[in-house]
Amino acid sequence: MAEFKQADSMYEWFDQRLGIDKFVKVMMTEYWIPKNINFLWAMGVLLSVMFTILVVSGIFLLMYYKPDVNMAFDSVNYTIMQEVGYGWLFRHIHAVGASVVFLIIYIHMFTGIYYGSYKKGREMIWISGMLLFVLFSAEGFSGYMLPWGQMSYWAAYVITEIFGGVPLIGGDLVVWIRGNFYVSDSTLTRFFMLHVLLVPLAIIGAIVLHFYALRFPHVNNEEGEFFDFDKEAEKYLAGDKKNSKVVPFWPVFLSKDFFVLGVFLVFFFYLVFFHYDFAMDPVNFDKADGLKTPAHIYPEWYFLWSYEVLRGFFFEIAGISGKSLGLIAFAVAQGVFFVLPWLDRSPMVKPANQRPYFKYWFWFLMVDLIVLTVYGKLPPTGANAWVGFASSMTFLILFIALPFITKAEAKKVGGK
Amino acid sequence: MKELKILAIIAALVGITYYGIEPYAHHIMHPEVKAADFQFKDLKNVDTSLAGNVDNGKVLVEANCIACHSLESAGHAKTMLDTDAAAAYGVVPPDLSSAGRIYDKNYLANFIFDPVSAMHLSHKYPAGGAKAFPMPSYNWMSGQEIMDVVAYLQSVTPKVVGKDTHKATYDAACGRCHSMSYAKSEATTPKDAVKAYMGATPPDLSQYIKSRQEHYLHGFINDPQLLLAGTSMPRVGLSEKAQEEVIAYMEETGDSKKAERERVGLWVMLYTFVFAILAYLWKRKIWSEVH
Repeated sequence: MAEFKQADSMYEWFDQRLGIDKFVKVMMTEYWIPKNINFLWAMGVLLSVMFTILVVSGIFLLMYYKPDVNMAFDSVNYTIMQEVGYGWLFRHIHAVGASVVFLIIYIHMFTGIYYGSYKKGREMIWISGMLLFVLFSAEGFSGYMLPWGQMSYWAAYVITEIFGGVPLIGGDLVVWIRGNFYVSDSTLTRFFMLHVLLVPLAIIGAIVLHFYALRFPHVNNEEGEFFDFDKEAEKYLAGDKKNSKVVPFWPVFLSKDFFVLGVFLVFFFYLVFFHYDFAMDPVNFDKADGLKTPAHIYPEWYFLWSYEVLRGFFFEIAGISGKSLGLIAFAVAQGVFFVLPWLDRSPMVKPANQRPYFKYWFWFLMVDLIVLTVYGKLPPTGANAWVGFASSMTFLILFIALPFITKAEAKKVGGK
Repeated sequence: MKELKILAIIAALVGITYYGIEPYAHHIMHPEVKAADFQFKDLKNVDTSLAGNVDNGKVLVEANCIACHSLESAGHAKTMLDTDAAAAYGVVPPDLSSAGRIYDKNYLANFIFDPVSAMHLSHKYPAGGAKAFPMPSYNWMSGQEIMDVVAYLQSVTPKVVGKDTHKATYDAACGRCHSMSYAKSEATTPKDAVKAYMGATPPDLSQYIKSRQEHYLHGFINDPQLLLAGTSMPRVGLSEKAQEEVIAYMEETGDSKKAERERVGLWVMLYTFVFAILAYLWKRKIWSEVH
């Protein structure tokens, strides 16, 4: 055991026991970030803040919410929205925040794809990030059920029904997930548990993993340049701040993030107070009614692209039903981003616009995802169904083609 | 500059996506219908330019209306309990006190002449069908007589002022069939009776300002068939002013914190705006040392 001297100050007392000095250095003042970055590098901090905002607003909502099919709707729309002081504020922040967090996640994710921040040692950052995406999706889906409105109920019905397509155990699986033969009180209470306990715990764990995964390969930069962080850090500490390629997390990196955060929060609060319909669908202000199917059922906007991949296959091909094909495509869509580091066979770590072939792939993907998202909301009738089919096929083909495209690219640039 | 370019690209991608899934998708899923018509121009059975005679109207109302309707503002109280009235007529007949205030004059006159066609309910009560609307047509009255009745009803309607009109109009126009639990208001026609009469329990309107929203309600209340063909909800015939009062009451009930939300919203945005400026100045200071 270490020997403890009499401490001269409270700070020293704590420092002896908790190693505050060392901790602050490792986590903040000597945690090095590349200098050559733009505001897209602030998305991680934005997401951390958004997650905190969601947890805090969620805690306040939890004090009044009642997870019971007979009480849930009124506990949200009457008790929280109208009786509790500023209950409406927490509800709006939580609902809009849940939607906006996905916007930032998508920006964060496609920034990673654009700058190639998922390969050459950064695979675990990417995988832990995709894990977070899946967990946030589970969190978003389970939370959307809680107000027990019409869209809560019918989206839950449709999405849980998807699992019925799993071979052999499908039927039983649906009952197991719902806790009943139909979406019912037991479904609500178990999704409530998932939403407020199990999934948030898993998210916190995955965030820790995600941050930790950054430690060794370090954060990527705008040019995809690899350099010796230790040497650059030494330069910085020696006082040559202008020529060093790195900056410390605190205060330099965060000072920029705070500014980006400030701008983002103005936008966020504008949505919270004045423009919230996109996140709080009017249909969901009708209480859930299992006997009355809404004219249009659609998931929240951030699920639309994968929902469209699911329903894009609406006819039988080679003896396999459209439903099964859709399910297979849907399953592929959920998993394919995880293996992106291995589908990209080019060694280049550069922004997409500097990569001869990858840039086309990237922008094709963006356009396809936007088409999928928009047509995921529109009724799948007439020409819409065919656009859905074409864009779903395009999505799959893009990922099948990626190894070949990047292999060709590797050849062209000669392994650089 | 480069960062602004990146921001512009992201804003464009987000903007296109937003346009597709919100305004465009809504436009596809809820096509625009004919604009609301508060003159009820389709109703032409009665010449409403005739000036009504209040005294003659009083005689006509007392001879023809108060057997079923109460008219409390003129001293004709209800003669039946709501449950009995609902059992007798299917739905509690309205008290006529506010009729002169909330209904459009042209609508009211044509309603008296022939209720079913005024309400756009001929699909529910076809001529010669098995079911008849509880109120008979007064098409045997002359146009002048009908306008006398209208003039009398307008003369006896009590004055209501300020915010009280919102609730009063809602109660008179909607409250016989619809409940609004968040306003602690229950339909005056008992639940089972109104369900049998309408074919389904009319929805509780507590959150309709949010689930249907003002734009939809504006068209729907004016003529339900346009937006929900085949519904058993009648065209009620409210004047534009009365309809606005009803919607205002639905908003006071279903979105009671709207004013607070908009007030607080401005302050929060101002606060974050100041935060962003201070953060920018701090960032400039810090980064001047490393660039």
